Amino acid sequence: MQIKVKLFATLRENREKEMMMDLVQGATPKDIIERLNIRAEEAAIIMINGRGANSDQVLEDNDTVSIFPPVGGG
Amino acid sequence: MNKFIRVDMTTLNVTTDEVPVKYVGLGGRALTSNFVADEVKPTCHALGKNNKIIFAPGLLSGTTAPNSGRISVGAKSPLTGTIKESNSGGSFSQKMAKLGIKALVIEGMPAGDKFYIVKIDINGVTIEEAPAEILGGCGNYKAIEVLSAKYGQKVGIALAGPAGENRLPSANISFKDPDGNIRSAGRGGLGAVLGSKKVKALVIDETGAGAVPIADPEKFKAAAKVFAKALLDHPVSGQGLAAYGTDVLVNILNEAGGLPANNFTAGRIEHNDCISGETLNATITERGGDGKVSHGCHPGCVIRCSQWYPDKQGKYITSGFEYETIWGLGADAGIKDLDDIAYIDRAMDDLGIDSIETAVAIATAMEGGLLPWGDGKAVLEAVNQIYEPTPLGRILASGTSVVGKVCGLFRVPVVKDQGIPAYDPRPVKGIGLTYATTPMGADHTAGYCISGNILKVGANIDPLKKDGQIEYARAMQIGTAAVDSTGMCLFVYFGIADNPGGYQALIDMINAQYGIALTAVDVDKLGESVLKVERAFNKAAGFTNAHDRLPEFFEYEPCPPHNVVWDFTPEEIDEVYNF
Ligand code: SF4
Repeated sequence: MQIKVKLFATLRENREKEMMMDLVQGATPKDIIERLNIRAEEAAIIMINGRGANSDQVLEDNDTVSIFPPVGGG
Repeated sequence: MNKFIRVDMTTLNVTTDEVPVKYVGLGGRALTSNFVADEVKPTCHALGKNNKIIFAPGLLSGTTAPNSGRISVGAKSPLTGTIKESNSGGSFSQKMAKLGIKALVIEGMPAGDKFYIVKIDINGVTIEEAPAEILGGCGNYKAIEVLSAKYGQKVGIALAGPAGENRLPSANISFKDPDGNIRSAGRGGLGAVLGSKKVKALVIDETGAGAVPIADPEKFKAAAKVFAKALLDHPVSGQGLAAYGTDVLVNILNEAGGLPANNFTAGRIEHNDCISGETLNATITERGGDGKVSHGCHPGCVIRCSQWYPDKQGKYITSGFEYETIWGLGADAGIKDLDDIAYIDRAMDDLGIDSIETAVAIATAMEGGLLPWGDGKAVLEAVNQIYEPTPLGRILASGTSVVGKVCGLFRVPVVKDQGIPAYDPRPVKGIGLTYATTPMGADHTAGYCISGNILKVGANIDPLKKDGQIEYARAMQIGTAAVDSTGMCLFVYFGIADNPGGYQALIDMINAQYGIALTAVDVDKLGESVLKVERAFNKAAGFTNAHDRLPEFFEYEPCPPHNVVWDFTPEEIDEVYNF
């Protein structure tokens, strides 16, 4: 299945900020994080289609996964 | 800090007294709000002779505690009609604390048209006529230069810009930072109150002052060390804010569908990476010159969320280039060019006008047909009219609510006449409760629920659901009222929210400084008492629970992409202040 992956802040260092990934059925954000060599604690905030998600949530075809390191402001 | 100073602008007399007993244990917002509640007639006109304006350093200001240099300013607000506390960085707070000044109050108003400078130093307070060259449309950058040349390069300055001189409701109070640039007590029009009292500026020189006394220096030092480590160990306060500034929020709010766009008609934009923190960082780095990716707004800040943004030639344009300003102009008003936004930000700082209120007002003016959508050049030209001010300049500087009325709109994003900042309350419900209920009018900093709703710091609550939000918004407002009383920058929250040792160290520093034994429960009680005092003032000024509501359009206009509306009932909203 096709998944759009978006990376932000420090996760963009030495990586594309946006990419399409071909993943097997049943894949989760964890698979993406591993494939991109992102350390687990760097993937502090994960969203699937704009909603907060856990790294073990099962993805569906055409999902957008956004991954952020710890960020803050105000 | 044992001096309580009153400057009477009616008689041009100054009195310095001992701190009244009931204010001895208070600082920052706790002090300004209690004072305003005690001495300002709630029904007075905010620009009339019965309003009073008070400047107070936080409890820890002037010490070596990291990030403790915030100054609180309080008065009745001409924008909202409520009580107001607005705080700022810069070096004013630390200088006041070193001179032993617990608070400085300005009251009354002189009869004539003359503007004055209030000069504070080791020998006391004097009132002098303001130099003509900084009056009548002189921008803040120039005024700071003139005053620094006259009184000394190292003095601290608080001033009313052209907007404040003209008593416009969005006028802020601008504070000189250690490099001669500008920080602001932005919200609620306190610059107009200063202008109404004919005070152009306060200048403070702490030469000759000793160190702030500390009851138990060893204990203080140990606690400060633990506290600094907590700030530096957390990835947000230790690295993230320094690298990307607060503007890092553009992309996360955009992804979450909570970035208000085109005057609150959508929650996501396509040009997010034209204005994001990532782009801001890359642009500053690439341009070099005067550019600085990170910078502290006062000595002792270890988080350093501020930055210097340069033009293409590397020349300084603006500093303290915040997410809320960039959001307002870039997403809500649709201006896609970061340089255009930077020049408008600079103009707003130079005019002494709240960059949040004005950005929201500009987007509302676009919907009302007063300005073309997304046109940064047209906006800069219009904002520059505030120097004079022309009728359009006056309207824009009067805030979102006035612009909405002038344009005949119903989609006017305000609570208690203060513009709603950079987080849509429909898909981020926790922050909507803060906007609705804080005594300040719509203000994200009064209870930053973005933290647990979006950033997963301190809590993990689904922003699209109502569950847990009421308790969370209450706890965040109580905690914030306490932190605002310490002189701490609110961003210390990121370092201590999930680190009980860091929070305890903050309390230990206060205890060591004053030789007292506050507990976490006492600090919570302090926060609660501040909110109660503020709310009682508002009630006496005519505000009821019916004012604790979001604009009606949020209830029936779904916000894409999640297509949700604001669905808290009045009864649920009223629960936030049930403590
Ligand atoms: S973190 Fe930012 S706002 Fe806070 S004290 Fe430092 S520079 Fe100022």
